[in-house]
Amino acid sequence: MHSEQVVEGLRGIVPRDRILTRPGELAPYESDALTAFRSRPAAVVLAERREEVVATVRWCHRHGVPFVARGSGTSLSGGSLPVPGGVVIALNRMNRILRLDPEERVAVVEPGVVNLDVSRAAAPYGLYYAPDPSSQPVCTIGGNVAFNSGGAHCLKYGMTANHVLGLEVVLPDGEVTRLGGDSLEAVGPDLVGLFVGSEGLLGIALEITLRLVPRPEAYRTVLAAYRSLQAAGDAVAQVVASGLLPGALEIMDRLSIEAAEAAVHAGYPQDAAALLIVELEGEEPEVEAELERLLAVVQSSGAYEVRQARDEAERQRIWKGRKGAFSSVGRLSPDYLVQDGVVPRSQLGTALAEIERLSRHYGLRVANVFHAGDGNLHPLILYDGRRPGELERAEALAGEILRLCIRLGGSITGEHGVGMEKREYLVEMFGEADVEAMRRLRRAVDPLEIANRGKVFPTSRPTPASAAASA
Amino acid sequence: MPDIVAGVVVSVDRPEAVAAAVREHAAVRTRGGGTKTALAPMDGVILDLSGLRGVVDYDPSEFTFTALAGTPVRQVEALLGQHGQYLPFDPPLAAAGATLGGTVASGLSGPCRYRYGGVRDFVLGCRFVDGDGRLIRAGGKVVKNAAGFDFPKLFVGSLGTLGVLVELSFKVFPRPPAHATLRVRRRGLREALETMCALATSAFDLEAVDLAPPSTLWVRVAGLRESLLARVDRLRAFLGGEVELVEEDAAVWEGAREFTWLPAGWSLVKVPTTPRRVAELESKLAGAESVRRYSAGGNVAWVGWPGDPGLLGKTLAELGLRGLRLLGPPGPVALGRWEANPFGVRVKHALDPAGRLGRIEPCSTGSP
Repeated sequence: MHSEQVVEGLRGIVPRDRILTRPGELAPYESDALTAFRSRPAAVVLAERREEVVATVRWCHRHGVPFVARGSGTSLSGGSLPVPGGVVIALNRMNRILRLDPEERVAVVEPGVVNLDVSRAAAPYGLYYAPDPSSQPVCTIGGNVAFNSGGAHCLKYGMTANHVLGLEVVLPDGEVTRLGGDSLEAVGPDLVGLFVGSEGLLGIALEITLRLVPRPEAYRTVLAAYRSLQAAGDAVAQVVASGLLPGALEIMDRLSIEAAEAAVHAGYPQDAAALLIVELEGEEPEVEAELERLLAVVQSSGAYEVRQARDEAERQRIWKGRKGAFSSVGRLSPDYLVQDGVVPRSQLGTALAEIERLSRHYGLRVANVFHAGDGNLHPLILYDGRRPGELERAEALAGEILRLCIRLGGSITGEHGVGMEKREYLVEMFGEADVEAMRRLRRAVDPLEIANRGKVFPTSRPTPASAAASA
Repeated sequence: MPDIVAGVVVSVDRPEAVAAAVREHAAVRTRGGGTKTALAPMDGVILDLSGLRGVVDYDPSEFTFTALAGTPVRQVEALLGQHGQYLPFDPPLAAAGATLGGTVASGLSGPCRYRYGGVRDFVLGCRFVDGDGRLIRAGGKVVKNAAGFDFPKLFVGSLGTLGVLVELSFKVFPRPPAHATLRVRRRGLREALETMCALATSAFDLEAVDLAPPSTLWVRVAGLRESLLARVDRLRAFLGGEVELVEEDAAVWEGAREFTWLPAGWSLVKVPTTPRRVAELESKLAGAESVRRYSAGGNVAWVGWPGDPGLLGKTLAELGLRGLRLLGPPGPVALGRWEANPFGVRVKHALDPAGRLGRIEPCSTGSP
């Protein structure tokens, strides 16, 4: 599809100055946070109203042109990578909070609303939006919905899917429909639950009804330093086994501690091989009682230094270091790949030891910073894309980590999605028949396979529908 | 071509047997514990899944388990209880014999879902048989997983029309060691709703907030033993007025989740709502012969209804609400606004193209 055909097709619907077609304008949209992939769309439509999104989808459907919805482009799995010659529908400008109802504890938002802005708007009412991906100051709710984003506080309150009550979506043929509602309860099949996390393959969310929750009265944030990564991993198992249910349970290894310290001066102990961050949240008397138990567990777990955040500023500093870890580690290396596999919590130690072995074997540094309470690993594989063969080595190492997670009974992705990156591993995690069921669903909703074409499913065997559509 | 047979019951005790039975028959309906009497199949070959039971995988240190779909909830709760764990979505009708599969397929959670979420928030994975008789696995067994389409969530509330669940994986939580229940009496509905709303937006971590109209609230708190009394005192001070700490904490909630307040033979209808809509619904129903209980802080109305459910359906439709009839005589179950959803239609077509697994039957006036 040529850029001018898109411009012509959307004439009278989207103003010319909001359709980008020049190479210089398109460049920022050629990639997302997974920079290893890059491709050029025919055009980028900067949508400001839902009617423009719907009209663009309808036009794409009529002409068999693939489209990709995009928010802030923070996907770590290549989920918002453009389809070459296709259309990117940029949703950042649809960033209005349409309704915030403190009594009903819901916020109705457009897809381009930034995650953290929901909590900011809810703050005056003592409420917040719980899912907190590290990219929350920039990532959008539309992207969170598409990828069922997680964050550091999933242990207790779940991921994005657990906080979306209702959706208005445009299906890949341009039909608009509502799913769910504004109640915590529902009857009939959970279509909202299916749509969330479908990585843009089933349509685009135009309006999202989010659940807000009261901000906890009190936090207790504890930082424990360990001489080995294994010891920190074991401590996680002990905290979980103690019957406590912390809001967050995170681990950072030596490399990520050093990087975070250099970047944001979080005040982490510098000689630690691993750092455990545990956050309790809830009513004051409860967290105080829980803290006593937690400190007993942590102190007997081999921590050589245990600290507690004395005030909100110190708590924020601890989290700033943790949430900025990806970008901090990024400063240590020209390029990196972030993995997102999940293992059963009892296998954390095994998984970390194996990742360390793989790191040595491939001669590439790997930093570990992860949601330990969920068993959700985030190995960051450092490489230099300018050195021939290094990206390939990094990808091979990443693949071995994914296979390790599958072997241990876990998942290839906890919160970043399959995207471009892990397509070939979906069949290894599930079986052919299971993936075929997903494909049948995809084709029933989008026979032309134009919505975020090329993502999630392995490409080795092109489907008849996609072959026909691209012919 | 498979035959259409009605009323024949086929017992199945293996996932493969479910797949074979679905392939063999043109109209297949499912039954687990048979506790949701209104959902009893009216036609087709009935797969009795109560023999498809047993915990497949449970490592207490993982806080997850996998069990066959026909496993009674009670059996799982007993096993979890031995390790200080529980199902936080508080599955209803467990004492009556509800199964895991039936609980998921009917999308039911109990009053204590208020704290951590409903059944949809705790299902991790499943194996199911689609309408063509294929055995398919989806989701995972670990607490966090974003790979592939979330079929397990889709099946919540699907009532067997998208596939037959044969195995389910859940996450569980540590069970709070101590519980306390407060009965709060207010002067009328408006005041009770104001209190409910004040609680919902407060920072109190409550297990359950139920309203027995017009003016009685039931509030449950849980946590560590050493802090519980201090928390109850703070809560009492916040509430003010007539607040009583009741002794029979467990019995109150057992009664709520087993619907012991429902007169025999009446229909029980689940109506999703929101706190603000409770007053409106209450004003429409208080005049009619019915019993109501509002749960999850006003997010669901459980309506007991003695007569023609179609009449209740009319009222719900006028309010833009919809309901699902669960208890009472077998028959149509969908009340109020259940218009076909284009996304839902396509999903149905993908999973059950031949329509073997039936559909959710709407109630019209004059239905049983």
